[in-house]
Amino acid sequence: MSTVLTRGTVVIDVEACKGCDLCIDACPPRVLEMTVHEVNTRGYRFPRLLPGCTGCQACAWICPDFCFQVYKYDRPVELSVGDAS
Amino acid sequence: MSDYLPTDVAPTVGAHLVDDFTPTLLDIGEHNLCPGCGEPIAMRAVLEAIEAIGAVSRAIGVIGIGCYTAFSNNLDIEVLQALHGRAPSLATGVKRAKPETLVLTIQGDGDMVNEGLQEVLHTAARGENVTCFMLDNGVFGETGGHMTATTALGQRTKNTLDGRDAAQHGFPIRVSSLIAELDGAAYVARGAVNNAGNVARTKKMVRRALETQEAGLGFSFVEILTMCPTGWFVETPEAPEYLTSTLAPIHAPGVLKDVRA
Amino acid sequence: MTPTTTPALLEGSEAIADAMIAAGCRFFSGYPMTPFTEVLEHMAAKLPGVGGTCMNAESELEAVGMAWGAAATGTPSATGSTGQGLSLMQESLAELAYAAVPMVVLNMARAQGDYWQATRGPGHGDARMPVLAPMDVPEATELTQLAFHLTARWRNPVLLFGDYYLAHTSTSVTLAPLDLPPVPADNWSLDGSTSGTGRARLLSPLGTTKRNERGGYDLAQHYARCAARTEEMLAGITPLVETRDTEDADVVVVAFGTPAKYVRAAVARLRAEGARVGFVRPITLLPFPSDAVARAAAGARVVGVYENNQGQMVDDVRLAVAGATPVEFIGRLSLDGSGFGIAPDLDGGYLRERIEELLA
Repeated sequence: MSTVLTRGTVVIDVEACKGCDLCIDACPPRVLEMTVHEVNTRGYRFPRLLPGCTGCQACAWICPDFCFQVYKYDRPVELSVGDAS
Repeated sequence: MSDYLPTDVAPTVGAHLVDDFTPTLLDIGEHNLCPGCGEPIAMRAVLEAIEAIGAVSRAIGVIGIGCYTAFSNNLDIEVLQALHGRAPSLATGVKRAKPETLVLTIQGDGDMVNEGLQEVLHTAARGENVTCFMLDNGVFGETGGHMTATTALGQRTKNTLDGRDAAQHGFPIRVSSLIAELDGAAYVARGAVNNAGNVARTKKMVRRALETQEAGLGFSFVEILTMCPTGWFVETPEAPEYLTSTLAPIHAPGVLKDVRA
Repeated sequence: MTPTTTPALLEGSEAIADAMIAAGCRFFSGYPMTPFTEVLEHMAAKLPGVGGTCMNAESELEAVGMAWGAAATGTPSATGSTGQGLSLMQESLAELAYAAVPMVVLNMARAQGDYWQATRGPGHGDARMPVLAPMDVPEATELTQLAFHLTARWRNPVLLFGDYYLAHTSTSVTLAPLDLPPVPADNWSLDGSTSGTGRARLLSPLGTTKRNERGGYDLAQHYARCAARTEEMLAGITPLVETRDTEDADVVVVAFGTPAKYVRAAVARLRAEGARVGFVRPITLLPFPSDAVARAAAGARVVGVYENNQGQMVDDVRLAVAGATPVEFIGRLSLDGSGFGIAPDLDGGYLRERIEELLA
């Protein structure tokens, strides 16, 4: 099992999301993935986070619906791929 | 797949917040603009720049009429709502009456270039010490995607169904270029919000424009290319590339003029 | 300019400029058009001396826009033009009313063809704009002050409706300050100081309250509130009117503005000769002094309306008397080829003839 250096994380306001996908391409480490079938109460797909976030804020800058809260870890963490919830 | 990390709660220890959902100067982040709209992205850049230069308690926004008008009654800066096309003259009156304020306008391409072109040109020519922001998506978004003066040749809109044809509909106006020619203009730039790098560059332009006003150097202007997937009739993930291939070739991002440079 | 107690010989446009400044006006914007131009000239010369600003706007649209911006900061502001220029401003004037932004607007008109424009407008929607119509320069200096009072009191644009004679006639005039009641404290104007407080002020024709939880402006609620405000304003302004010799009059003649001065003279001459003729002069055209007109007409056989146009105020006179007395239009279009409304028909002989036709 491999690990990924993870410098940051995000909180996502899933209910505010309109499923536009802009964050997916904007994310430099490409750690955001849209749901396929799962939708919020308004019927929109929304992004989910994989290990490897750098806390760069690109998602927050590009999101038209202000869905992201971005945190940087004080010390980077190693997260195991396949180990998360 | 079960690699997904929890994103519903903030980390409890060992982390610090670097970006909070809604910009501080926006009362309510929720809005009724379409998925993938570029205007809230530009709005965020403007609001953050007002904070960054420490001018919040002197800021007055004059807002035009377009989709972005949805923000005019939930900004936490004082707002003077203008008529379609008329924001620059209102901004002029505000600034002349209260020179110590930071006065900015938010207009779209339909508002500024179609309805009110002479307003912004004269305001620039006067060297009026205000900052105008134009959110340029090349369509009247609010009416559902109709041609504006900045629509690219070939671009399909609801009243140019076969694409804008120069013989029938004329050529697009590069308004930043027109403004840059005027002696009263101190700072003129064109940014875009179709990717994170362009957003970062646009934020710098916005800040520089406001600083130009604070320095009393004259008229400052930033055109911001924004996505309108609804009015462009493209899927939201395709809109950033559509901006690059359709609008950006004629409205090229970059700094056109900076008297401080 | 401080109020004067000794008379000075002033052109009407200069007297109006002085009265505006005395009334507190510190921002003026305009685009030249005869006969409004001289007001702009005088304001450009005088305002900087009192710390004010006069802008040479690039169009009437920008003139009203600049004044809107200045007025939004709580600076007493005015703009103006001549008929056609006022037509260009109508959209803004309507929305100024919806946004509750005070502004004094001058129409130095050509003749009196803008009566409907003045009283039926401004522009689109249900907005209304009080209209004050001075007869001469001394009265204009008073009504100018009243206009600034009313616009501050009701936070609604107010129109001062003059003409070529008013703007260009030099008269001996004393600028006496009117004793006017205080206006509500300014708790609405913009200076940036409420930005970032969570309660930043909003001055918008689309609504005056911050967004509710549903999102967007509540236009239905806003326009209902505007309608109530308009109604309160029109009920709260006492109509001004001059009435002479109407008690026993067979014929009552109604006229406004400069022509009313000539009509009044013709009526006075006929009265001196024993004719039972009376005179009514609406000074506020909106609100229209309907009650005074109806009372004056009550005992009369016929009401004649003189206007230097094709017959516009005659509508309001008919509405006022509500069919109780026949109302005849005895006015006439200006025949002046210059287009400035210097009416050759404003001569005593002509007016006398028209009134005598009614007396016959």
